[in-house]
Amino acid sequence: MINEEANTAVENKPETQEYFINMGPQHPSTHGVLRLMLTLDGEIIKKVEPHLGFIHRSIEKMCEKDSYQQIVHLTDRMDYLSCHMNNEAVCLCVEQGLQLEIPERVKVIRTIISELTRLSSHQLWWGVMGMDLGAITTFLYGFRDREMITDIFEETCGARLTMNYNVPGGLMFDIHPNFQKRTKDFITYFKKKLPEYDDLLSNNVIFTERTKGIGMLSKEDAISYGVTGPSGRASGFSCDVRKHFPYSAYDRVDFREIIYTEGDCYARYRARIDEMHESMKIIEQLIDNIPEGDYKAKTKAVIKLPEGEYYQRVETARGELGVYVVSDNKKSPYRLKFRSPGFSNLSALNIMAKGDKIADLVATMSTLDLVIPDIDR
Amino acid sequence: MNFNIYDFTGFVNSIKQWLNSVFPPAVADITGFVIIGICFLTFITLLGLSLVYIERKVCAFFQQRLGPMRVGFWGTAQTVADIIKLIFKEPLIAKGSDKFLFNLAAFIVIVAPFMAIAAVPFAKGLHVLDFDIGLFFITAVSSIGVTGILLAGWSSNNKYSLIGAMRSGAQIVSYELSVVLSLLTIIVLTGSLQLSAIIESQRDGWWIFKGNIPAIIAFFIFIIASTAESNRGPFDMAEAESELTAGFHTEYSGIKFAYFFLAEYINLFIIAAVGATVFFGGWMPLHIGNFEFFNKIMDFIPPIIWFFGKIAALIFLIMWFKWTFPRLRIDQLLTLEWKYLLPINLVNLLMMSVVALNGWHF
Amino acid sequence: MNNELLRSLISSKVPEAEFSGEETQFLNVIIKPEDLRTLTEFLRNDPQTKLDFLFCMTAVDWMTHFFTVYHLRSTETDQTLVIKVKINDRENPEVETVCDIWKTAEFHEREVYDLFGIKFKNHPDLRRILLEDDWVGYPLRKDYKDEANIVEL
Repeated sequence: MINEEANTAVENKPETQEYFINMGPQHPSTHGVLRLMLTLDGEIIKKVEPHLGFIHRSIEKMCEKDSYQQIVHLTDRMDYLSCHMNNEAVCLCVEQGLQLEIPERVKVIRTIISELTRLSSHQLWWGVMGMDLGAITTFLYGFRDREMITDIFEETCGARLTMNYNVPGGLMFDIHPNFQKRTKDFITYFKKKLPEYDDLLSNNVIFTERTKGIGMLSKEDAISYGVTGPSGRASGFSCDVRKHFPYSAYDRVDFREIIYTEGDCYARYRARIDEMHESMKIIEQLIDNIPEGDYKAKTKAVIKLPEGEYYQRVETARGELGVYVVSDNKKSPYRLKFRSPGFSNLSALNIMAKGDKIADLVATMSTLDLVIPDIDR
Repeated sequence: MNFNIYDFTGFVNSIKQWLNSVFPPAVADITGFVIIGICFLTFITLLGLSLVYIERKVCAFFQQRLGPMRVGFWGTAQTVADIIKLIFKEPLIAKGSDKFLFNLAAFIVIVAPFMAIAAVPFAKGLHVLDFDIGLFFITAVSSIGVTGILLAGWSSNNKYSLIGAMRSGAQIVSYELSVVLSLLTIIVLTGSLQLSAIIESQRDGWWIFKGNIPAIIAFFIFIIASTAESNRGPFDMAEAESELTAGFHTEYSGIKFAYFFLAEYINLFIIAAVGATVFFGGWMPLHIGNFEFFNKIMDFIPPIIWFFGKIAALIFLIMWFKWTFPRLRIDQLLTLEWKYLLPINLVNLLMMSVVALNGWHF
Repeated sequence: MNNELLRSLISSKVPEAEFSGEETQFLNVIIKPEDLRTLTEFLRNDPQTKLDFLFCMTAVDWMTHFFTVYHLRSTETDQTLVIKVKINDRENPEVETVCDIWKTAEFHEREVYDLFGIKFKNHPDLRRILLEDDWVGYPLRKDYKDEANIVEL
């Protein structure tokens, strides 16, 4: 009897068991309160199950009670790193509904600030990406350069992060007299600093080993899961709203849509770094050509959108943000839906991380560039 | 008292004689042990505190900031304030954890480097244990620490801790090989494991210069492997802050956490001390063969300054790694050891033997 | 690929589909719940339409009925189409899932279920996503009452 048992124990492989681990809600690399339930076999990930909603504030429900001017302020609190683009999405949607003619000056300024916001968002992402992979120094480098952009914002509209610079019909104030000079100074400064990013991280052997071939996402999956923004474009999914459905002043600037076909973490990383170059190119084209004119079109104090449905999309730093407004000709929308990029991007995390190790999950999550309030809304 | 900064032998002997003259022999021995123990305790505490401060300043230097500046002049009292805070914090023990092993782990972790530091030669004559197997003793004793880490991970009843501990176990056992083999490469030249003999053999020049190319290769392998062995970045797999929150010491708080923290820095010191002793002549000043004039000038600088200078340089190098490189993944880490470092090391050892046999070294 | 062609293709597949909204932004098509699967499978796989990107999915509560709204886009031609499914049953609203056609619908349908209480048949994992599991009611319905959290002005 005992012998039999011993024999079977020798014949069979040692019994292993899958186990669960809770990553988050308080975890350094979930960048906020995201909870991932991992099913692990040793260190290999079998399944990632995101549990969201820890900071769900029901912005959509609040919007049903607010006027359109108030809604703009709520959008800052979604994806706080691309606040300007979020504001812009709502404003463009309202302007589309009112069929309002927007001064050229507003369009150009909005585009410049959008690109500055994108730059600052990518700088922060770059710093955090390095930190997630254990290179803590990058974090401080990213913040060092981001500081200059937030200073420009502070001078322009008084706020550094949640700017509320847009109002339906235009901008809250005109730009500061220093704006052009400081932006140009920043571009000359950052042109020199961006190669430093490559020196510190992109060309590091450990970094490339950690990111190449990790977190693979095919083009079909990217489209099916609705992964947009730099993450989608790194899988070969051409989804740049700025190119496909130009808004503001994007139709008159020359820039390249960054597309990589590898679909791994390194491609997503490169896509964002290249996007920073393109953003600087866009700003350079516009900064000297801000047309004179009003900074705001005339709007009524109470905005009522005509009955109907309006959809407006913009390209935020994370992907395609959609605002879907159903109006019944009242001062607040009947229904308002934000199609947030992070929500869709997160849904693809499971297939991207499956089969990789815990350390790779951190890299994958980092290259998706998740902002939790954007997911939870 | 004949105190001589260049040679502590007389100083130590005079203390010994004084003790023997005052106490009976047995009591004198015990008093001697206690004095040495107190000296080391003080030294380790001060070392830990100052290394933490240095680490923070070095890190700040790499990250273009100032580091601690508020407490004391240039923040020098910051770590003291931290340790006071840690002492007064509540030592939490997680529910369901193995209390005995949980407490034991912290002590094993701190005891291991404490034992190893006894064999480190600080200056001529300032040497507690001078075994003829001194180097072997240090490598053997300092790797007891891994038992503490494994125990900590196991007894915490936390999956993050367990993963961290398992990673750490695999890592330290693997890299121990490379550390020992790279040291062995130099032992081929010295012909002795006794630390004082190793230092004495470098009277006409340090092994890193005398030992030809294999010695330089051995040094590079040593510095990589020992960084990995001490669980420091880019090999801080066991802690992996962004993956495993804090790895094996996730559940520790207060003074027990401070033990883990302190042990890491004392290990750092021991690694730098071993590296300095074997490759850079320990307290031996920089000598070039029979170039008497130069050697005399170098001798003018006291050995203890040479020793701590070399250690400071090596520690700075290791800190430089940590604050520059991203972290490796566990499989990459093991691949690096078993597929690259170990074969290179074995070939290097063979090369060194050939060099030593033919007398091609200097 | 244009709206006329799309319109004729949809009409041939689902004769009773209603069209609207062409004068505004996108072509809208209103269908019944039972036609959803046939239409979406056709639109996704037909080489002429190939609407392979579901970029937004939500629902609207019109008090008497629900609409689930699917915003579709072809990644090749950028042709956009909005499908609205009219669900008249307010007590127990149900519609087929599309999450095997567009994977992104898995999360979006969970969100709609969470906030509107519309059930998606054959959804692999239909649970609340944003709110807690034990939340009572569906907040984005127009008749939702929450005296503690919502201040009526």
